[in-house]
Amino acid sequence: MSDAAHKAMWEKLDLDIEAHDGLLAVLGKFYGDIYLSQEGRLKGAEYLDFVLSEVHGLRIKEIQDAKAAGKKIVGTFCVFVPEELTLAAGAVQVGLCAGAKAGTELAETLVPRGTCDLIKSFVGFKLARLCPYTESCDLIVGETTCDGKKKAYEAFSALANMHVMEVPQCKAPCDMTLFRSELVRYKEALEKLTGNAITAASLAEATKVVNAKRRALQRLSALRAADPAPISGRDALLINQISFYDDPVRFTAKINELCDEIEARVAAGEGVAPKKTPRLLLAGCPMAVPNWKLPYLIESSGAVIVGEESCIGERNTRDLTDETPADLDGMLDALAARYMQIDCACFTPNTERLDNIAALAKRLNADGVVHYGLLFCQPYAHEAMKVGKAMDAAGIPYLAIETDYGMEDAGQLKTRVEAFVETLA
Amino acid sequence: MSEVAGLDVGSRAIKLVMRREGQTVLSRRLPTTFDPAGQLRELFANGLPERLAVTGYGRELARELYPQARTVTEIKAHALGAGSLFPQAATLLDIGGQDTKAIALMPGGRVGRFEMNDRCAAGTGKFLEYVATAFGLSVAAFAALALTGDDPPLISSMCTVFAETEATTLMARGVSQANIALGLHKAVAGRTLAMLGRVGLTPPVVFVGGVAKNPCLVRLVAEAVGGELLVPESPDMTGALGAALWLAAETA
Repeated sequence: MSDAAHKAMWEKLDLDIEAHDGLLAVLGKFYGDIYLSQEGRLKGAEYLDFVLSEVHGLRIKEIQDAKAAGKKIVGTFCVFVPEELTLAAGAVQVGLCAGAKAGTELAETLVPRGTCDLIKSFVGFKLARLCPYTESCDLIVGETTCDGKKKAYEAFSALANMHVMEVPQCKAPCDMTLFRSELVRYKEALEKLTGNAITAASLAEATKVVNAKRRALQRLSALRAADPAPISGRDALLINQISFYDDPVRFTAKINELCDEIEARVAAGEGVAPKKTPRLLLAGCPMAVPNWKLPYLIESSGAVIVGEESCIGERNTRDLTDETPADLDGMLDALAARYMQIDCACFTPNTERLDNIAALAKRLNADGVVHYGLLFCQPYAHEAMKVGKAMDAAGIPYLAIETDYGMEDAGQLKTRVEAFVETLA
Repeated sequence: MSEVAGLDVGSRAIKLVMRREGQTVLSRRLPTTFDPAGQLRELFANGLPERLAVTGYGRELARELYPQARTVTEIKAHALGAGSLFPQAATLLDIGGQDTKAIALMPGGRVGRFEMNDRCAAGTGKFLEYVATAFGLSVAAFAALALTGDDPPLISSMCTVFAETEATTLMARGVSQANIALGLHKAVAGRTLAMLGRVGLTPPVVFVGGVAKNPCLVRLVAEAVGGELLVPESPDMTGALGAALWLAAETA
């Protein structure tokens, strides 16, 4: 796409062109420093570079084309929003989670200062007119996973067409019933939005597409158990980030190609870091594009990241939806069962997450766990302490980091991470 | 055995320890200033040591200047340094110019669990410097004044700006300067104790870093840990010493 065509498209979406140009320039520089500087990258990473270079370009063009063809665009912030239903209604689903400080001052007119950067970022992107995805959405779906988000959605609903799903905070049978009824309510909202009825056939087809995407990401995750690590944590994180906004069928094909390449690399005993490089599992809050700060600090401190126990990672891909039910009711039951397995810190209790982290660390041959808590994210801050105790009990070295999207603590973080890596060597 | 040097580029001071045949043969300290690179050039005006290990927040800067240097974090360096001075030490407290660290020590000066302040210099050397300046005193005189206090008020704010506001309010209420000074030192000790608690606080505790030269804080930390507090003769040199020891072992 030409620069002029990009600009015309962004103007049509009423973006703040000057500020948006500034954002893309920073993003490009950041990507160059953190991604393109890596050695021994996979050939398949060209796909990642291309998708990211066109993150506000070609993909947005595709979305505009889909809209012109009558498709609806649904924006989400959370792995609880079932993509199966969105696709079954013939709509396009894109993740809107944001990982950059943008429009912070504007955001603080809608949400309190003591709000996490992820929330401030999506509000800021909207108010500063910087995100072509948000501006392309016909419906934005929120969910009640934390107090910060649910109150922010109240303010956000004045700016966008919103549907808020209630996510229960416990996992008793009555909670399952509640979530199942929320799936039905979401299904109806989608049918109203798109004018398409969700049928057993369309939902079965959509479930296949979403499961195929999850399987490709599971395959990638399994390959990362190899030593030397065949792919950097940064690239794997980027793949998980892209999974939220690229076309799911194309994405699945590309990631499977990439996994073929990784398989060959593992067979040849090759990797991105020498064998015996300390291997870390990153656990905790999701890292949305371009929140690559901590992975970059870790991987420039003599360690390699081998897994992401996060919503932009394992929490999104670990469980498949059962494809055996043949009728719509059975399929909705299967969806409820699948989504209620998510071990989000919003649940109480959430002990399965502790077991999942220990098991994942073991499966990936990790030497330690780094827990990333986003400043002001209370659920994960609490769990950081519980995870610490669980890792102690499992004999897995553990470091808890709390940080935000700012760069002012980079020096201190690097010291902490390096010191942790030194203890593993 | 040849010479090995440990360099600790801290936020307030640059420390150098040179060792030969297992003995420290030279210790130097100079202020970091706003031109640490210039200070380093001056320090090594007569040539670089054969083997150089750098620690401290300025370790990457030093390695840019001297690509042959090896780097080690101040957490590991302090642990090794303190462990060599006090092999019996089980917990390490380091309060420097901008960081506070609490480290559980394992045998041989190895690092166990550790805690470090995140981004703000609250409760560090800079905090004490700042409030001393607000009193119009040097840090040494401020510590001496605090030692004469007997009824310290509870000061809750660890933010340098708000602590000064709180001190001003207390002065207006007629609380003596000595007691306010003691209260500010107690606030630092209290914060430190919380950090020590998170790494297990197994006695004996060794206290290092530039702030361990402050007699009031040494007394308060000793009271707080409720046991023996080990303080080296030159507590600000432990990091440089540890870096030298680390490199000596690495290249032995």
